[in-house]
Amino acid sequence: MSVLGNRVLRKEDARFLRGEASYVENMPMEDALHVTFVRSLLAHARIDGVDTSAAEAAPDVVAVLTAADLDVGTFGPPPHLHGLNAAMTRPLIAGEVVRFVGEIVAVVVAKSRAAGADAAELVMVDYDPLPVVASAAEAAKDEVLLFPEAGTNVAGRAGSPEHDEALFEGCDVVVSGTLISPRMAPCPLEPRSVVATVDDDGLLTVWTPSQTPHHDRFGIAGMLGLDPAQVRVVSPDVGGGFGAKQLSTEELLLGWVARRLGRPVRWTETRSESMVALHHGRSMQLDFTLGATREGKVLAYRVDILADAGAYAVLGSFLPNLTGLMASAVYAIPRIEIDGRSVVTNTTPITSFRGAGRPEATQTIERAMDLLAAELGEDPVEVRRRNLIPADAFPYKTASGATYDSGDYERALDLVLEAAGYDELREEQRHRREQGVPLQLGIGVSAYIEISNPVGETEYGDVEITAEGTAIVRTGSCVHGQSHETTFAQIVSDRLGLPIEKIDVHKGDTAEIPKGTGTYGSKSTQLGGSAVRGAADAVVEQAKALAAEYLGDADPDLEPAMWADLAARAAADGRLGELKASHEFTSPPSFPFGAHLAVVEVDVETGKVDLLRLVAVDDAGTVVNPLVVEGQVHGGVAIGAAQALYEAYSYDEDGTPLTSTFVNYAFPSAADLPSWEFVEMETPTPNNPLGAKGIGESGTMGSTPAVQSAVVDALSPFGVRHVDMPVNGENVWRALQAAQA
Amino acid sequence: MTKVAITVNGERREAEVEPRQLLVYFLRNQLGLTGTNVGCDTSSCGACTVLVDGESVKSCTVFAVQADDTEVTTIEGLAENGELHPVQQAFHEQHALQCGYCTPGFVMAAVSLLRENPSPTEEEIRLGLEGNLCRCTGYHNIVKAVQAAAEAGS
Repeated sequence: MSVLGNRVLRKEDARFLRGEASYVENMPMEDALHVTFVRSLLAHARIDGVDTSAAEAAPDVVAVLTAADLDVGTFGPPPHLHGLNAAMTRPLIAGEVVRFVGEIVAVVVAKSRAAGADAAELVMVDYDPLPVVASAAEAAKDEVLLFPEAGTNVAGRAGSPEHDEALFEGCDVVVSGTLISPRMAPCPLEPRSVVATVDDDGLLTVWTPSQTPHHDRFGIAGMLGLDPAQVRVVSPDVGGGFGAKQLSTEELLLGWVARRLGRPVRWTETRSESMVALHHGRSMQLDFTLGATREGKVLAYRVDILADAGAYAVLGSFLPNLTGLMASAVYAIPRIEIDGRSVVTNTTPITSFRGAGRPEATQTIERAMDLLAAELGEDPVEVRRRNLIPADAFPYKTASGATYDSGDYERALDLVLEAAGYDELREEQRHRREQGVPLQLGIGVSAYIEISNPVGETEYGDVEITAEGTAIVRTGSCVHGQSHETTFAQIVSDRLGLPIEKIDVHKGDTAEIPKGTGTYGSKSTQLGGSAVRGAADAVVEQAKALAAEYLGDADPDLEPAMWADLAARAAADGRLGELKASHEFTSPPSFPFGAHLAVVEVDVETGKVDLLRLVAVDDAGTVVNPLVVEGQVHGGVAIGAAQALYEAYSYDEDGTPLTSTFVNYAFPSAADLPSWEFVEMETPTPNNPLGAKGIGESGTMGSTPAVQSAVVDALSPFGVRHVDMPVNGENVWRALQAAQA
Repeated sequence: MTKVAITVNGERREAEVEPRQLLVYFLRNQLGLTGTNVGCDTSSCGACTVLVDGESVKSCTVFAVQADDTEVTTIEGLAENGELHPVQQAFHEQHALQCGYCTPGFVMAAVSLLRENPSPTEEEIRLGLEGNLCRCTGYHNIVKAVQAAAEAGS
C-alpha cells in the first residue's frame, strides 16, 4: 500500500524535540568575530558625518566600517521581477541619507558580542532630519520624494491607469469602499543569524537561515563581484521564515566583511532589531467598486491598489501584480479594472509574507461582496453563491488574467456551512439580537482562492541509491518548518518501494545540491515533490536495466531486499553511479481554494471581540500527508485571524515604529486564539503528477476576511457596515459610536 | 567574575561568570547546551524556558548568578535513557512542531504546567502556555499534545 495520503509522523522531529537542531546560532565558531550593526534611529535624514573614533578605540573592537569603506554596489529589486523602479536601490550601508528607522549606518566588528554592542553605542552619527513620509497615502502625493533623482515615489505599477467610463454600465447596484490590509511583522521565532567564512582557496561560505540558498548564492556573488563557484550558501535548520527570510543587506554585509577582513564573522539579530530590520508584509490600501444587477449578479469590479513599498523597491513593490491577478477570486466577473501602484515610504521595506499580495485580493472582494449583500438586503452566502465560477468551467480564465486549473467552489462553500451549522448559528444570532444582550454573535463567511507557485517556476531534485540500498534524496527546495524530510521521503517511497526510514532528504547546501529555487509561494510539494518523484522514476528505470543484467529480471519487485541486493552488486562493480538520477520539474501555477466561516462574540459595550470558532475548508489538491497539511492550515489560519484581530505594525508621523518589540506588537498567544476546525476536501490539479497544490499560505487567505466579516455582521443591527482591521477593541468601539451618533 | 555552582541536567557545573551573564547564555555559550533558544529580548516569547528547581523559568530573565546552587533542567536533560519524555513524545505524535524553534521552550513550559495541574482543561492549557509564542502551528496541535500528555500521564 502506498504511503501517500497517510498521516505519517515526521522524520525530522527528534532533533528538534531533543534540543539538537542545527540552527546557525548553534554553530560553535569560536574564532569568529562578532558583527553589530549601528542602525538609524531616524526615519529620514541626511547623514552629515559618522564619527567612529570612540568605537574604534573601545576594548576588543577590530574594525568599524561605514559607507566610505564600501566597494560594492547597491541592493536592488530581484532582476526577474520586471517593472520596478531601478533608481530605488539600497546601499548596504547608508552613506548620504537614511530612509527608515533600522537602516544600517555602520558595522562594528568585535571579539565578542558584548564588546560589539558596547562599541556600537559609541558610534556618533550626525543626522540632519528630512521631512518624513510615514504612509503610502502621503507618499502618493509625490510632495516629499525619498529618491529625488527618480522624480517620483512610485516604485512599481500593476494593471493599468486607464479607466473605462462604461465599466459599470448595466449595473443596478454599485457599492464601493476601502480595504486597508494592516502591515505585519513576519516574526519567525528564530531571529536571523549568519556566519561567513573565507577559506584558503578564496571560497566564501555563508551559513544563513534562508528559504532560498541557491538564489542567495547568485545574489551574493553578483553583489560582491564573485563567480558563483566562489560562493557556497548553507541553510541548515531554519526557525521559520514565512516569506521574509530571503537574501537582504545583512547577509551580503557578512560576506563582504568576511572577505574584507579575511576572518570568520558572525551576527545574530536581537528581536528588537529584527522587528525593524527584517522586512515586513502587507500594508496595502485597496479602493474598490463593485457593480451588480438587482438580482445580485456581479458585472463589473474595479480596484485601485496603493501598496506601501517601505523605503526601497524590493519584492514588496511587485506584489500588487499578484493582488491584481487574483482580483476576480472565486467569482465569474465579466469586467475587471486594476490600477495598482507601490510607493516608497520612510518605513521598513515590504517583502513577501505568508500570502504575499494574494490575501489582499481576497480581503477586498469579500468585503465588496458583503457590502453588496447588505445593499441588496440578502444573505451574504447566497450572494456569493450566485457569482461562483461553476465546477464545470475549468480551465477558467478570469477577467483579471489568471487561468485557474481546477476547483469546485460551491462544494467548498456548502461543506463549510454544513460543518459549522450555519442555520443554527443564524438562529442563535437572532435569539441574541432579540434579547439585546451585550455579547452579540457575528458570523462571517469567506470564499477564497490562492495562487501557488505563482510565477510558474522550476525545481530540481535527485535520488541516489547508496551501497546499503537506501536512498538519498536531494532537493533544491528548502525547509523552514514545512516537513519536506517526511513528505518528500513519502513521495520517493511510493516510487521506490523503500520505507521512509531508508530515505534521507537533503536540502539547503549549494555545495551538495547543484541547483534550486527554494521555498516560497507555496510551491514545494507541487514542484519539489514532483521533481524528486521524477528522479525516483528515473532511478527505477536504471534499476530495471541493472536488474536485467545482474538478476536476469527486467521487472524486479521494488522492495528493500531487491534494492539492497542490487546496490551491493553495483557497488562491488563500481557501478553505483548508475543508480542515480536527477530531474527538473516545471509547471504553471495551481490554484488552491476553500471557504472559511468565523464565529465571533462581540461585546457591544466595550468593543472586545472573542473569536469563538473558525471552520476552514482548504482544498490543496491531492494530499501527500494530511497531518502536515492540517498543520500548515492551522498556522496559516492563525496568522490570518491575527491580522484581522490583533496585529498591526504601526508608525507615528515621524516614522518611528510604535510596535518594534514583542511587548508592543500584538503577536497572539494560545490564550488569544481558539482551536481550529478543519474540513477535508481534495480536488486534484492536472498540472503535476502528484495532483498537489500548495497549502502553506492558503489558511491566511480565507480567515482574515471571515473574521472581519463576522465582526461587521455582529454590529450590523447597529447600522455598521464596515470596521477597519484590527477588528477588535478600539476600532469596533469607534465604529459603534460613529453608527450611533 | 563570580563563581557559581549549578546542577544542570543532573550534573554539577562550576564556572566563573560575569555578573551580567544571563542564565540562557551561560547554558548556551559556557556549557554548550544550545537546545535552549533565544527568540526575543523582552521575556515575551518563552523560547528560552527551562526548569529551575522544577519550575519553568524564562532563562533570558535570570542572571546566571541568581541560579547559583539550583538545579536546572534544559530540553537536553528531559529524555531518560534516550527515551523521549511523555511531553516530547506527545509533541511528536500530535505534530505540535514545525520549524521547531519554540519547541524546547513549549515542552519545558508544558512539563511544568502538567506538574502543577496534571489534568488541565483546554482553557487552562491555553492560559498556562500564554507566555510562549509560536508562529507556525497556530497552537492547535500544541494544545492537543499537552492534552495527550496529560492523558498518558493519568
